[in-house]
Amino acid sequence: MSKVAVKNTGVEDPNCVAPNLQQNHDKGLELLKYLILGTLFGIVFVKAEIISWFRIQEMFRLQSFHMYGVIGSAVVTGMISVQLIKRLNIKTIHGETILIPDKVFKKGQVIGGFIFGLGWAITGACPGPLFAQIGSGYTVVLVTLISALAGTWVYGKFADKLPN
Amino acid sequence: MNTFLQWLSQPWPWYVAGPIIGLTVPALLILGNKTFGISSSLRHICAACVPAGIPFFSYNWRKETWNLLFVLGVGIGGFLATNFLANPDTIVISEATQRDLAALGITDYSDLMPSQIFSWENLFTGKGLLFFVLGGFLVGFGTRYAGGCTSGHAIMGISSLQWPSVIATIFFMVGGFLMTHVLLEPLMKLVGF
Repeated sequence: MSKVAVKNTGVEDPNCVAPNLQQNHDKGLELLKYLILGTLFGIVFVKAEIISWFRIQEMFRLQSFHMYGVIGSAVVTGMISVQLIKRLNIKTIHGETILIPDKVFKKGQVIGGFIFGLGWAITGACPGPLFAQIGSGYTVVLVTLISALAGTWVYGKFADKLPN
Repeated sequence: MNTFLQWLSQPWPWYVAGPIIGLTVPALLILGNKTFGISSSLRHICAACVPAGIPFFSYNWRKETWNLLFVLGVGIGGFLATNFLANPDTIVISEATQRDLAALGITDYSDLMPSQIFSWENLFTGKGLLFFVLGGFLVGFGTRYAGGCTSGHAIMGISSLQWPSVIATIFFMVGGFLMTHVLLEPLMKLVGF
């Protein structure tokens, strides 16, 4: 463990869970790799039927293992990968040290998490599948997406007044 | 080639899809020191379109263009998979779920999404208000309040052994179970199912 060069660092904004810690930012065509990665991701979402409202109902009704298998094996794969990155001191393709920010506990993870759960069981989609559903031709989900944007905006507007 | 496409067109099992999704974590880290998280894109869109001087949306969202391209890709991937790799057979839903949903008035299982809910005709009805407007609002508000969704907390957070993400994931499930088993039936009755 003494060789662990990857440190967990605090981020300036603990509300941002997907902070971008790259030092030399990708520009122009370099950004295409994220579009391609997202495309592969969207294909998996549809092909494994993760975008299906029915699959989410099965999950919350404990009537199918499918979604638990997907999320569980994704977590295990991610965990092994993060450990390998840390222990082998793997760098980014630009030679930067990989940084994984620490998440800070706050009440929002309980209250907000619960609220998201309520919504997840109604829409049958977390934010990722919303985009894949729209791409798949369920265009009415655009309304759900706009409403999710409104929810995000209202949270931002009242963020400092909510318990956290 | 055709056989290959046919093979790809079958529904993918969890042990194929899960590891590919998990590999997104190291892929983003190695490609550009990026932490996996999808709900952040909603914040970036707010910051780009309607910041309204709110501190929460006053930051350099252009630095996060990668995240917006990623979700655009998710939409494109959805389009490609549905139009070129579509499963020729109908979705197989557990019989127990079909029974439970039939009791709620959902009887059409021919597509990935129930047509009785997800149609434009429902937009200006109680059904649309519940499934699109309220559901979407709870997803957007809740994920931002929690600081992440299934990707940012359940997958990225737990993968990097962060206990706040375990708590968040537990409460995602608590909310989902409560909605499914207690609130959904009266709400669906209320909107005319």
